[in-house]
Amino acid sequence: MAQLPFIIQEHQFHQLKSVIARLCVECAARVVFLVDRDGQTIAIHGDIGDMDTTSFASLAAGNVAATSSMAKLIGEDVFPSVVHEGERESIFISVIGRSLLVVVFDERSTLGLVKIRAKKASHEVAAILEAAINDSATFKVNPNSVFAEITDEDIDSLFS
Amino acid sequence: MTFINYASREINCKIVYYGPGLCGKTTNLQYIYDSTAQEAKGKLISLATETDRTLFFDFMPLELGTVRGFKTRFHLYTVPGQVYYDASRKLILKGVDGVVFVADSQEERFDANIESLYNLEENLQSQGYDLMKIPYVLQLNKRDLPNVVPLEDLVNELRRKDEPVFEAVAMNGTGVFDTLKAVAKQVLTELRKS
Repeated sequence: MAQLPFIIQEHQFHQLKSVIARLCVECAARVVFLVDRDGQTIAIHGDIGDMDTTSFASLAAGNVAATSSMAKLIGEDVFPSVVHEGERESIFISVIGRSLLVVVFDERSTLGLVKIRAKKASHEVAAILEAAINDSATFKVNPNSVFAEITDEDIDSLFS
Repeated sequence: MTFINYASREINCKIVYYGPGLCGKTTNLQYIYDSTAQEAKGKLISLATETDRTLFFDFMPLELGTVRGFKTRFHLYTVPGQVYYDASRKLILKGVDGVVFVADSQEERFDANIESLYNLEENLQSQGYDLMKIPYVLQLNKRDLPNVVPLEDLVNELRRKDEPVFEAVAMNGTGVFDTLKAVAKQVLTELRKS
């Protein structure tokens, strides 16, 4: 691998869940996602219903990746946010370093409210993720890491 | 970049299928999707043109099972193979943990394979990766066609390191899961080492 794994520890995950849960309530959103820019879902809160959240996260990341490249082509560093407004449901995506805060909202909320609340939440998320990234960098020296115990038989059994 | 969530006990890895246009990348994913049990897969997302050429990417999440109490999930992506979609290919490689290069064994696609492989090395380098260091498998697809290049010639030209090489006929699934297993094993072995 070119890079070390990105590791979220349990207390950090709960902190992130708490932030997005609060955001979901404060901006009356339907669902709030926190997604890694590679398309992995970090945390979700809200009324998921029958939404395919895995695909949604991957597409959100692809969306931001594409629009970020477009930004560079017109001389911008990045578009810090992306909005898609539908007839009933809308999506607001805020870029926070290597992650995306994705808010799905309907007529119970407004874009202005989502933007204001998301901005506050973004700072909190950024701080937690920075701590997680710093911890990830030192994680490899832990001799008790469960991954060090993985055997060839463990891996082979996945394909049996 | 492998994503490990200790709270939900999940390991998430990204594998990208690369290769020239119409070599069989999407066919690989389609076969994996059709052959996988419902509980082990998510939806197959294909962002394609009206003529079913991949426009941005195909995506499919796959759950392989549990290792040491951690659910192992692989996100499989394909890139668009046509030459002018290079900007999109660069984006899809971001965060990759393992790569499968799907070569088209037909004689007339020999140069396209070489060009695509060179493109892969370039795009990996631009993202900070080195093909010689990441988990990587070479698949030689369309081995059932009459006008294929002999195996040794393809291997001599396309093999970059001592990566596993698999002959395949993605349309009927030959070699598809062998390829996937090989790259997934490499990814998990690297995780163990790191």
